[in-house]
Amino acid sequence: MDKPGYYGTFGGAFVPETLNATLEQLKVAFEQVKEDTSFWAAYQGLLSTYSCRPTPLTYAENLSRHFGGPRIYLKREDLNHTGAHKLNNVIGQGLLVDRMGKKRVIAETGAGQHGVATATMAARFGYSCTIYMGEVDVARQRPNVFWMEQMGATVVPVRDGARILKDAINEALRDWTTNMDTTHYVLGTACGPHPYPEMVSYFQSIVGSEVSDQILEQAGRLPTRVYACVGGGSNALGIFSGFLESPEVELVGVEAGGVGLETLKHASRLASAHGSVGVAQGYKTYFLQDDDGQMLETHSVAAGLDYIGVSPILSDYHEKGRIRFTASTDKEVLEATRLTMKKEGIISALESAHALAGAFREAPDMTADEVIIVNLSGRGDKDIFTIADALGDTAWKSFIIAKAEEYRA
Amino acid sequence: MLEDYIRQKVKEKEILLMAHVVVGYPSIEESFDLVQTLVEAGVDLMELQIPFSEPIADGPVILQANQAALAGGVRVDECFGFAQKVTGAFDIPFLFMTYYNVVFKRGEERFFTEARDAGIHGAIVPDIPPEEGESYMAAAAANNVDPIFIFSPTSSPQRINYLARFGRGFFYCVARKGVTGAKTDFSAELDEFLSRCRKATDLPLALGFGVSSRKDVEFLRGKAEVAVVGSQALRLLNSNGIEPVGDFFRSLR
Repeated sequence: MDKPGYYGTFGGAFVPETLNATLEQLKVAFEQVKEDTSFWAAYQGLLSTYSCRPTPLTYAENLSRHFGGPRIYLKREDLNHTGAHKLNNVIGQGLLVDRMGKKRVIAETGAGQHGVATATMAARFGYSCTIYMGEVDVARQRPNVFWMEQMGATVVPVRDGARILKDAINEALRDWTTNMDTTHYVLGTACGPHPYPEMVSYFQSIVGSEVSDQILEQAGRLPTRVYACVGGGSNALGIFSGFLESPEVELVGVEAGGVGLETLKHASRLASAHGSVGVAQGYKTYFLQDDDGQMLETHSVAAGLDYIGVSPILSDYHEKGRIRFTASTDKEVLEATRLTMKKEGIISALESAHALAGAFREAPDMTADEVIIVNLSGRGDKDIFTIADALGDTAWKSFIIAKAEEYRA
Repeated sequence: MLEDYIRQKVKEKEILLMAHVVVGYPSIEESFDLVQTLVEAGVDLMELQIPFSEPIADGPVILQANQAALAGGVRVDECFGFAQKVTGAFDIPFLFMTYYNVVFKRGEERFFTEARDAGIHGAIVPDIPPEEGESYMAAAAANNVDPIFIFSPTSSPQRINYLARFGRGFFYCVARKGVTGAKTDFSAELDEFLSRCRKATDLPLALGFGVSSRKDVEFLRGKAEVAVVGSQALRLLNSNGIEPVGDFFRSLR
């Protein structure tokens, strides 16, 4: 039996004393909702009327034919309200905030998806909302910043550190340390101090519980493999939760390979040789860090995967060999994004396209009677600037230039 | 050692001052000059912060000093070398302040053995609570380095009693919620918090977060043994340079 809040040797709650009482309060509130069946019913109910749960499982017939291997299914988390699996967790925490009687929520965001989801939830529940976002991410994800502000959130660009996701988390923790009486920190992924990893995976397990039934219904069998991209790890833990008890299902986590694992320009904590165990941002896991324990700069074309740490729950499954970790490079990701648009008419988020690329790499070596599921954790409309850039689309460039001229006039 | 030192000193000075230096900020050489200036100004104890890339308990002033020191290329090895040098040169107790990952990556045993060898007497590591710190505390004890734990106004009476079991040297009381460098209200509420801390432990109390003037130090006289001054001195260093920091500490009591 692991220590509470631990997954093997990973996890824990390494936080300044001032946060101890608040985390205790959160632990108690979370324990209560886990025991309370009416909470899960309310959670599911809200997601089915305010969002689109259950999300469909789509048979990707053209992609399957293209690779000539296994039948490929896509779990359509991109069809959630706000366009990604992030909303699941946020709605769960939103209901919890109500029970705790708090009136303000704060969150970190990288790509902006979690920030948009939190701002949306705050608008719906009537909470005041502050989103911390690295200045670099603010620059590359302006459309999401625009929507957050439109929904009434205050977006604070974080100018310290590397000015990306990890720095936004630090700043959110600092805010929380100051304002915990009124404020709940809506952490967006299955990282951070206990009980966050457990709580976020609990809310995301709704994905796994749906898909394990859907695949039996549609394919008549359990999948051979399930692929999910891994930033912090919340969408992966969500979908994997449906198959952890079925040892015949291979679970594959796909990290950001960036420019390539042979370089240091990536964000692969588990699939590369560069990750090592450390303690930061309140928890123990594999981090990309130097020998002194200073965190390294990470790189990914997908802002949502551009993070130094990974869920302690995933580190444990990695060590136990239950989940296999691999990485997709920026280049493979763009190729997979393009192929999925062309073959299926589905625009994947660049984050989720890491999982697609991982599956596409392995599909040709699999047989026709096999079945794979890819968690399409988010949609790619938000990435239009990045994708158009990467594809070097000249018409798009002319459009932006013309638009800029128009604003300048 | 720290406990006895504080008890001894407090007899003559009534309230002691602990200063805070980010090693390598603005540079290793200037850090040394700063330490010297502080010691000459009569500072009684000093925290040497080993910079960390994710200092979650620190506000903008100390955070930026951490970043600048790291950007300047300061390594943990150098911080130990620096500690060796200042403990040899100056006759006040020095403590390391850092975050747990720095300790963890070096290895707890190695960290504390080397800290002891460098003449360090205590360690303030805000993100290692006792429940996570069994081996940390054992390594500290084996090397006679005091692990300093923190009391917060948010700590319940039960929690304070729990923490009190693990303290060595002194307790660091944070004056308010939040991170270093923001304003603190030196009020009856703070009085009440300090008396709660006092009831829970026989060890001396240090109070930090927002101590920035003679008036604040006055307020603490008789309530805490040590006033900790960090961000305010760093602000002064940033705006006026090293010498005025010495004058500032002289003006505090």
